[in-house]
Amino acid sequence: MKKTALLVAFMSAVAMSFAGCTDTSGPTVKVGVIAELTGDIPAVGASCRNAAELAAKEINDAGGLDLGGKKYKIKLFIEDNAGKADQSASAAQKLITQNDVVAIVGPNASRYAVPASEIAESSKVVLITPWSTTPKTTLDAKTGAPKKYIFRACFTDPFQGRVVARFAMENLKSKKAAVLYDVASEYNKGIAEIFKSAFEEKGGKVVAFETYTTNDKDFSAQLTKIKKAGPDVVFLPNYYSEVPLQVQQAHRLGINVPFIGSDSWGSEELLKLAGKDVEGYYFSTHYAADAATPAATRFIQAYKAKYNSTPDDVAALTYDAFGLLIQAVKSAGKPDRQAVRDALARISGYDGVTGSMQFKEGSGDPIKSAVILQIKNGKFGWFANANP
Amino acid sequence: MGKAGRGAILQRLRDLAASRHAAHVCLAAGFVLSFAIPRFGLLDRYVQLILMYVGINIILAASLNLVNGYMGEFSVGHAGFMAVGAYTASMLTIAVFPSGASEWLFPLAVAGGGAVAAVVGLVVAIPSFRTRGDYLAIVTLAFNMIVKSVLENIDAVGGPRGVLGIQRLTTLPWIFFWSVAAIWVIRNFVYSNQGRGILSIREDEIAGELMGVDTRRVKLLAFVVSAFFAGVAGGLFAHLLQFINPRMFDILKSTDVLIMVYLGGIGSLAGSILGATIYTVLLELLRPLEIWRMVLMPLMLVLLMIFRPRGIMGMREFRWFVPAREWAAAVARRRGERAADAPAEG
Amino acid sequence: MYLIQQLLNALQLGSIYALIALGYTMVYGILTMINFAHGDLFMVGAFFCFLAGVSLGLPFVPTMLLSMAGTAMLGVTIERLAYKPLRNAPRVSPIITALGVGLFLENFTLALSPYPKHITPLLDIRVWTVGGVSVSSLQILIIALSVVLMLLLDLYVRRTMVGMAMRAISWDRTTASLMGVPVDGIISVTFAIGAGLGGAAGVMYGLAYPVIDPYMGIMVGWKAFISAVVGGIGSIYGAMLGGFLLGGVEVLVAAYFPSTYRDFVAFSLLLVLLVWKPYGILGKPRPQKV
Repeated sequence: MKKTALLVAFMSAVAMSFAGCTDTSGPTVKVGVIAELTGDIPAVGASCRNAAELAAKEINDAGGLDLGGKKYKIKLFIEDNAGKADQSASAAQKLITQNDVVAIVGPNASRYAVPASEIAESSKVVLITPWSTTPKTTLDAKTGAPKKYIFRACFTDPFQGRVVARFAMENLKSKKAAVLYDVASEYNKGIAEIFKSAFEEKGGKVVAFETYTTNDKDFSAQLTKIKKAGPDVVFLPNYYSEVPLQVQQAHRLGINVPFIGSDSWGSEELLKLAGKDVEGYYFSTHYAADAATPAATRFIQAYKAKYNSTPDDVAALTYDAFGLLIQAVKSAGKPDRQAVRDALARISGYDGVTGSMQFKEGSGDPIKSAVILQIKNGKFGWFANANP
Repeated sequence: MGKAGRGAILQRLRDLAASRHAAHVCLAAGFVLSFAIPRFGLLDRYVQLILMYVGINIILAASLNLVNGYMGEFSVGHAGFMAVGAYTASMLTIAVFPSGASEWLFPLAVAGGGAVAAVVGLVVAIPSFRTRGDYLAIVTLAFNMIVKSVLENIDAVGGPRGVLGIQRLTTLPWIFFWSVAAIWVIRNFVYSNQGRGILSIREDEIAGELMGVDTRRVKLLAFVVSAFFAGVAGGLFAHLLQFINPRMFDILKSTDVLIMVYLGGIGSLAGSILGATIYTVLLELLRPLEIWRMVLMPLMLVLLMIFRPRGIMGMREFRWFVPAREWAAAVARRRGERAADAPAEG
Repeated sequence: MYLIQQLLNALQLGSIYALIALGYTMVYGILTMINFAHGDLFMVGAFFCFLAGVSLGLPFVPTMLLSMAGTAMLGVTIERLAYKPLRNAPRVSPIITALGVGLFLENFTLALSPYPKHITPLLDIRVWTVGGVSVSSLQILIIALSVVLMLLLDLYVRRTMVGMAMRAISWDRTTASLMGVPVDGIISVTFAIGAGLGGAAGVMYGLAYPVIDPYMGIMVGWKAFISAVVGGIGSIYGAMLGGFLLGGVEVLVAAYFPSTYRDFVAFSLLLVLLVWKPYGILGKPRPQKV
């Protein structure tokens, strides 16, 4: 009898908690955010969340969004994907079915963005990824045609890979490159392959093309192979928590050529984890905090005031993603999923914190410039611009 | 109403619960509900999602219970079978079946996934003949890692980046059907003649062999049935999440299933159902705690193990699952034991 | 030259696996229990190294000693709180408890430290290049320290009273206690030593791969467990052998094949080895009384 009573109590508690509480504080525009708050790249998730909350706060402090005469506040639903692809997918499902969001911003890393984008596309909900640069995110897995509901605030890797290859050849005068990349991760694999074909197209030779799997810590076998091949530059298109280990182990094995990276290097955590080992190296990314436009400067100051740190590219792109979304909601006139999607697809140009972006008809990918940063004196410093 | 009246009503309820009819009525009601809920939106869509995950976990827990609970072995690689089933079913609906018909052919895809997993179960069963206890744990652990590694190397199924674009074919009625099927098959298996062999292996394998139990055949059957349903669960899971990658089926997933089984109680189907339900629901309920959720949950598990080492149900079984004669015999035995104890205590 | 470089890499990795495997094997030898939380004790050791070496800024030797001591105490505490009550429970209960303790350690550390932490070098690492092969002083330290610890352990178990008590308990716990051996105390000492070794491995891993996160113990723990079993669980030399074997296979496979084949080949080889020698290479089958 006691057990049955316990069971009944448990079940009713469950039922009640799922009954759901209705929000009675005025009309809202519900936006979902999926960020990598825990897991292997928490700095990325933190930047994303900070920028999202800043963007929402700015709107809400000004009274809210004016839609058809009524003032709508932005309500954020922030989900953690714990650095796991399947949790990205289930977070997307939860935001769409339980929280009833009008659009989703995030995830950031391509390997998490791609599964979430599939869910959003099949549920016909807008998803804007701030940081995912791999083409697959906005392309249908089966047909290769562009997805209708997925957009991004950043450039794509076909552009970025060429930028890095061109930089390596022209600025670093490199002829033999080696690559070490994560084969288990969408982004790393994609841009490694693009770099390789772009580099070889220009007459260079990729002498070593080594792989590892996410969460590996020991790269000595692969780096020994790379050393044997004798490159004059090594490309590491990997995330900020892995690059320090790779560079340190390479140095210990006696590999002393320059290392270059891509936008996954962009977090300040990289500097904390790698220290002197990455001094002098270059990487491509979305924006430079020290060479900012007036709009960017305003954002940087607001972010610094609230969070006491310089925003990185993830934060800037998330802010721009929200900018795009807000513009679309305003133009749609109501927080309706289909209307917002159509309005977003109609945007042909947008000037954001990360520069000006052009959207082509039917494509969710903006055409933007990239910047090359160099790590000097333990800080990120602007080095050059790279235009499409 | 009076005490006597209430007592009579309780007695009526108890009799009702005991009768076999009640079980069938509940099954029918569940069947109808599983269609009604999504159709008429009787429950929040998110709650429906959770229910479906609960169903999948029930199938996983029950199938693992067969090998770990009833047979007393220590298989640690259950997610490997799940992976095989998930990938097979996904490949069938994506590449093999014509896309228009996939809704109708879905049960075939799931069963196909289960069948391939069963064949793999056969392969895993063979080393189990020679190894015992902890060594079997290694074999199954290595198997789990090998499956994950093999899948990571097959680019045709997306390698480490996984399979995208799986259709959402899993629905509440299908979950209900497969859960009931799993429980029914495993329950009948356990109480059959072959099933007795499984119990004998747990209690004392050598004695069992001496008594003429063909331990090899029994082990094979148990692994095959267990793997089949793990594969089924995998197929259902893939068509619910619409995305799978090898990392989802690693040792952590196997650990999840282990916890569900031992939480609920080994050697008890009701325990598996309970364990799976509580584990899934509790994890969802504790979501507001964010990171502390995963700190609290294992702590509760450890406390539970210390105070109830055999799990919530222990080895006791829910009435409806036990065949009538068996139940009567057990009740009579317990009464006899109590009678025998009483004079000693006096 | 290339091969020798890779062999050095293998020895370094293998030493760490071997140290952790020793912890598994000691606990199993005395209690026939697989302490699945052991990999997470290794992780805690690395975090203690961070606390002592980076937060407190201590030099290498005190950091190593403090981390080993801290991990050892944690191991004993876990044993007393979570495993002792289950000594007479069915065999699987302490194993599930161990899984639970492991999960708890991982997530508790994650809650306290959500970001991966960096361990600043506690030692000056010198790299010598001998005929094309780069040898770092860290590599030599890791390998040498591991071998020394393992030899010390072996001496301890074979030549001291405590060691003899450990062996007695592993043969027959009831009789040993009847003979006056303080079973609980010896078990605690065993856990302390096993955990301490795991902590040492954590420190060395933290020095070699200086970005630590709370989930780093999972895979390393399971691999060390497999090493212990393949070598013959319950045997100290078996654990060492298994550790170096697994480290060697992992590095050499990655050296000559694409790295994604690494896990597959490593585990398949181990499986084959187990089928050939079901009790592990140096393991002894325990006779079962019918």
